[in-house]
Amino acid sequence: MNRLQNLFANKKSNLLSIYFTAGYPELNTTLDIAEALEQAGADFLEIGFPYSDPVADGPTIQQSSEKALENGMTLNVLFEQLQQLRERVNIPVLLMGYINPIVQYGIERFCKKAAEVGVDGVIVPDLPIYEYEKLYADTFKQNNLSNIFLVTPNTSEERIRKIDGLSNSFIYLLSSSSITGSTLNVSTSIEDYYKRIKGMELNNPTIIGFGISNNASYTKACEYANGAIVGSAFVKHLAMDDYLKNIPEFINNIRPRS
Amino acid sequence: MKYGVDEHGYYGDFGGAYIPEMLYPNIEALRAQYLKVLNDDDFKAEFDQLLKDYVGRPSPLYHAKRYSEKYGANIFFKREDLNHTGSHKINNAIGQILLAERLGKKRIIAETGAGQHGVATATVCALKGLECVVYMGEIDMARQAPNVARMKMLGATVVPATSGSKTLKDATNEALRDWIGNPEDTHYIIGSAVGPYPYPEMVAKFQSIISFEAKKQLLEQTGSELPQYVLACVGGGSNAIGMFYNFLDDESVKLIAVEAAGKGVETGHSAATTSLGKEGVLHGTRTILMQTEDGQVVEPYSISAGLDYPGIGPQHAHLFKVNRAEYVSATDDEALNAGLLACQLEGIIPAIESAHALAHLEKMAFKPGDNVVICLSGRGDKDLDTYIKHFGY
Repeated sequence: MNRLQNLFANKKSNLLSIYFTAGYPELNTTLDIAEALEQAGADFLEIGFPYSDPVADGPTIQQSSEKALENGMTLNVLFEQLQQLRERVNIPVLLMGYINPIVQYGIERFCKKAAEVGVDGVIVPDLPIYEYEKLYADTFKQNNLSNIFLVTPNTSEERIRKIDGLSNSFIYLLSSSSITGSTLNVSTSIEDYYKRIKGMELNNPTIIGFGISNNASYTKACEYANGAIVGSAFVKHLAMDDYLKNIPEFINNIRPRS
Repeated sequence: MKYGVDEHGYYGDFGGAYIPEMLYPNIEALRAQYLKVLNDDDFKAEFDQLLKDYVGRPSPLYHAKRYSEKYGANIFFKREDLNHTGSHKINNAIGQILLAERLGKKRIIAETGAGQHGVATATVCALKGLECVVYMGEIDMARQAPNVARMKMLGATVVPATSGSKTLKDATNEALRDWIGNPEDTHYIIGSAVGPYPYPEMVAKFQSIISFEAKKQLLEQTGSELPQYVLACVGGGSNAIGMFYNFLDDESVKLIAVEAAGKGVETGHSAATTSLGKEGVLHGTRTILMQTEDGQVVEPYSISAGLDYPGIGPQHAHLFKVNRAEYVSATDDEALNAGLLACQLEGIIPAIESAHALAHLEKMAFKPGDNVVICLSGRGDKDLDTYIKHFGY
């Protein structure tokens, strides 16, 4: 069991995950941000590695990726920073990014390195099921890394069942079929979608992402799933002065401490 | 076909559909339906009729006598420059608009670099009365202002791509993001033989009319449908794949694709993808692309906006890897000189893209009686400013 699987075995509701782009706004604050997020109560983290052509991302994460690349962030630099990950951070950590930097780094080398520094899973939005099964699944498994698949309101039931079968930690439910950073519009059809997924009684827990930016959208998501992921809203927070110091307040605004 | 696509969308090691889940339903619907539509009699009849009466096909295969004399072989130009809108791009735009119509789509999006594909798409949208949104890099909009105006006259909305390097690859990203947000009513007309499967295959099929006609015309003019050489320029590679398509299984025919070397392959200002690129994934396809060691896509350079794409279509990557086609390059200067030569020897002003293919003739040695076909993919009116500045007319 990796840390992620452990977490889901022990905590079933109101999970909160935060995404941030490594190397943004400064090159060397990756672990400072991760540590602050854990202390503020985040349950697990997604650390994004930047790519020049992020087609699934809206303006906020695009700009953070551009800035991170300008700052000199690469997979080599990130893995160097993550050498100290497990000295400072105990919660599960996922790496999130596009397939091309992984292909260049080498898939085996990437997985080995990720496992070695204590990463628990990977989210690669442009790695489809066919390619994952054929080329990547074995390497992920050998390194005890969970691959996280995305499901949208337009994903068919048959495909969701297939994804459920391939997943071993959680399924990432997109609140809408859109790019990151769009506003969550909880319309009837979205509630129907959440209910439909809940009704399927999947083997894996579900976490809702995209458009979760405040307590209202977080609470709504937690009614239907095991938790929610905040991305663009936190990346916007990182653009402010004193972003490290104010992380507890940011988290508290999303999920008030009980 | 030996060099064709397999059931998963791969040409050997290249191709596939590396798309986020948000695009999966769009791509899956297209994959499931496009062949059925393309084989439908009603579709075929309208496609053929529009290519004939609206585009002006078949495009002539012109035996360039003075070129032939100069180079010591029978040189033929396949005159895609004579098509409506001035290039081969219209062949694919017509095919895809008829497909979109049959899929019940109401809104069309496209990306464009130099503006040729944007103009072709705006044209077919006007023809069919469909809404048209064209994404174009902010930098390209400034470089190609007349084509921006043309698209607007044709009723299209031109949206500047302001992300990343603000050129063709970023316009493609923006179009993909638009499609993610508008999956129901929108069809994305990709202009080159790139993108996730089934796009490369679909674009190749629509452009294959070029070599289909060329074979028949060669038979009439030379007594054999097979030439010794076929040449075309390659950026993403749509005219080249159309020009090669029906010759792929005729192994005696030497296929030559000419990339843009820009200021020179080793100068850092080049778009010679097969020389400078490595295998990777861009815009949903596994192919050869120009990138850093860290896998970040590099912005290419060529004087010709239609050739400065950092990748090539996956089928080209395959033809390159298995040596079915030879991939060479021509510099800006070589292309411009070749363009001027075509003006002076044949009275044809070629697009600078097409002039790259002509430039390679200088580096070839022919036997008397060799038949050589070059795809003249577009006309040079859009490039007059560049020619005039370079030669000082």
